[in-house]
Amino acid sequence: MIALEKRPEPSRTFSLAAPLLAVLATMLFGGLLFALLGKDPLEAIRTIFWEPLFGEFAFFYRPQLLIKGAPLVLIAIGLSLGFKAGIWNIGAEGQYIMGALFGAGVGLAFYPMESVFIFPLMVLAGAFGGWIWAMIPAVLKVKFGTNEILVSLMLVYVAEQFLASMSLGLMKNPEGFGFPGSRNLQQYASAHNAELITGSGMHWGVVAAFIAVIFGYVLLARHRLGFAIRVTGDAPRAAAFSGVNPARLVLFCLGMSGLLAGLAGVFEVSGPAGQVTIDFNVGYGFTAIIVAFLGRLNPVGILLAGGLMALTYIGGDIAQSKLGLPAAAIQVFQGMLLFFLLAFDLFTNYRLRLGRTEVA
Amino acid sequence: MTQPLLSLNALTKAYPGVVANDDVSLSIAAGEVHALLGENGAGKSTLVKMIYGLVRPDSGQMHMNGAPFTPSEPRAARAAGVGMVFQHFSLFDALSVAENIALGMENAPKLSELSARISAVSEAYGLPLSPDRIVGDLSAGERQRVEIIRCLLQEPKLLIMDEPTSVLTPQEVEILFKTLRKLSAEGTAILYISHKLEEIRTLCDSATILRLGKVVGHCMPRETTAREMAELMVGKLLQTPTRAAQPAGDVLLSLTGLRAKAPNTFGMALKDISLELRAGEILGIGGVAGNGQDELLAALSGERPAGRGMVVLKGEDIGPLGPTARRARGLLTAPEERMGHAAAPDMSLTENAMLTGALRQGLDKGGFLNWPAARQFAEDVIKQFDVRTPGPHAAARSLSGGNLQKFVIGREVMQRPEVFVVNQPTWGVDASAAAAIRQALLDLAQNGAALIVISQDLDELMEISDRFAALNEGRLSDPRPAQGITVEEIGLMMGGAHGMEVAHV
Repeated sequence: MIALEKRPEPSRTFSLAAPLLAVLATMLFGGLLFALLGKDPLEAIRTIFWEPLFGEFAFFYRPQLLIKGAPLVLIAIGLSLGFKAGIWNIGAEGQYIMGALFGAGVGLAFYPMESVFIFPLMVLAGAFGGWIWAMIPAVLKVKFGTNEILVSLMLVYVAEQFLASMSLGLMKNPEGFGFPGSRNLQQYASAHNAELITGSGMHWGVVAAFIAVIFGYVLLARHRLGFAIRVTGDAPRAAAFSGVNPARLVLFCLGMSGLLAGLAGVFEVSGPAGQVTIDFNVGYGFTAIIVAFLGRLNPVGILLAGGLMALTYIGGDIAQSKLGLPAAAIQVFQGMLLFFLLAFDLFTNYRLRLGRTEVA
Repeated sequence: MTQPLLSLNALTKAYPGVVANDDVSLSIAAGEVHALLGENGAGKSTLVKMIYGLVRPDSGQMHMNGAPFTPSEPRAARAAGVGMVFQHFSLFDALSVAENIALGMENAPKLSELSARISAVSEAYGLPLSPDRIVGDLSAGERQRVEIIRCLLQEPKLLIMDEPTSVLTPQEVEILFKTLRKLSAEGTAILYISHKLEEIRTLCDSATILRLGKVVGHCMPRETTAREMAELMVGKLLQTPTRAAQPAGDVLLSLTGLRAKAPNTFGMALKDISLELRAGEILGIGGVAGNGQDELLAALSGERPAGRGMVVLKGEDIGPLGPTARRARGLLTAPEERMGHAAAPDMSLTENAMLTGALRQGLDKGGFLNWPAARQFAEDVIKQFDVRTPGPHAAARSLSGGNLQKFVIGREVMQRPEVFVVNQPTWGVDASAAAAIRQALLDLAQNGAALIVISQDLDELMEISDRFAALNEGRLSDPRPAQGITVEEIGLMMGGAHGMEVAHV
């Protein structure tokens, strides 16, 4: 008989090893999946993990890593704060959209005026947009005890409708020959989130992501608020006993994750995306949930996980075009990563015991 | 003496890193009430688990009526005539008494038939219990009766009882003892586990004392003093907590008409509680578990703030204030549930020291936490209160219950409270540690703090309290001087016997 036995203390080794084991298991079973699809598994794995970093066209793909990874990390840091405390914001995608709309709206309102204040104003507006969108589930939860998972998730679809309405109406480019979508902010210098070093992929969003990692780390490790978050996640009654106000924590965690998602949105819309379009959002807000868990809700872990996730995105794209792997197979591959992580994570707190067990 | 019913010969059971039972031998005759005494971790549980077939010994033999007895599982032990009433009940709240009992039986008869048998047994042994009642509605004492009747239905030859009186009022204890004596008179042997020495002296014919897995003595409890037994158990001379009498000081805390709704369906509402607590005094609050102890503590700690004017600390109305503000003003508390309430199980002791110590120990500078200082504070608590742990980095859940209790109490006491409220300060703590905790509480009072000690251990309350009151159904009786109060009076304050009747012997 195989039995799980709770460890007296969480295993440090396993909490560090679990992500690595998860990646290895994903490679193994992903390879199996690719083989069953009739592709060379080694080639496919190599294409996904190696090609973007060290392949022939790495100079093109490496900046892409930063561009894809930054919003993931930025959003995931915010989400991890709530997740640690058992507050589940599933609607980062919506907050990301609203951040982009608020930010782009401010930028477009000033068009064609040029000023150094426009971009900072847009960033503030974007942060506010994401924050206010997240405050809806937060306030509803605190005042009426609604479930923040459902409310935040449903608000994603509301945000998507706003996005469609904006790109077809209010924000539509008057000089766009009737095509949906706003003016391209990349062609509006004051509003353009340009690369800081040409060809590096490094834009203000990447900087913000790094700052968020440091901010998250300091908050959780050194600050009273971060400690309150961790205690609430571990033992809510102990947190209440120590004096944590659960309602304030809900407002802070949801607000913070909304704010960071909004920032990711405004940096994306003013930079890599350039304009508000119907299909502006590509699922960063949902993928960031995976990133947050893959990174063990730890800021540094999230940084690495965001990089890894961006890698599988880009590598997956290459594998699609080069090897003809179906997009669904890549998504399964990414899903496996989370699945295996959660599975191996169990061993942080439990160990396997073989043989007859006794009730001790 | 004739052949014993059960004899254990040189039983040994080792777990990784610890020998739980080392060469333990004892024998129990039919009809004998045999006490198994020992501190927490002395190996009592392991021993009875071996008898009940839950754990297999590494070496040694057991004999039942002279024949080898090696139960491989509880079912085999039950078939051989061993019944056990656990300290923690395994009952389903949503089912009736009869359904619960049927669930534990090999081939349960029809419910109507079973109900009739339950009624018959409960009548015969003075344990009134309606088979149709839903277990969720029963008191702790009644739930225990379900477990006892469940065992009695199998007509056991040996009944093992694990700390059965911890949930009972003195009157209920008396009734239980009558039942046990009747069983013993009919020839059922009883193995009675407890650390309440007075109980053992009234009930048991013989006693085996365990310490660190070894038998350190057998005795006749009726001819041995409680102190001698305690010292055998602990292995050293016990210190009785002491302090000099002192005049009562100013009123530090007063409750006026404190009311609170029940937090949930299983909670208890607080009804119009009033009291005054003076500097230097200890008010003991007794009562059967579930009569408002947790709710009173939550109202005092600030977890569930009270209405205006209901809680006044040193002349200031702190009713609506939360835990942090109350701590800042010198009101500290320690709840009963250590794991998950007083301490966060997965966090280190350093982090748990920070949990309530941040403010008063100056570990929080403008929101930023001083971890090295918290670690030092945790180390001080560990040292001062003799907490057995590898160090402050250990997770709270890796500590034994008694050690964590010492840490939790120590953490609050070392913050020099002006008013300290503690619920079950020595629950599950071994005798010497319990004495140390009580001494720490007395020292606090000696130094001018006012204390409320909520406990279900009446001996403890009598030992340290200046005044005594009891919680019953969320109401607090008028506090009375503890000096000279009798057990009968306490029992009446606690609400009497909750409808139990004495066995028709």
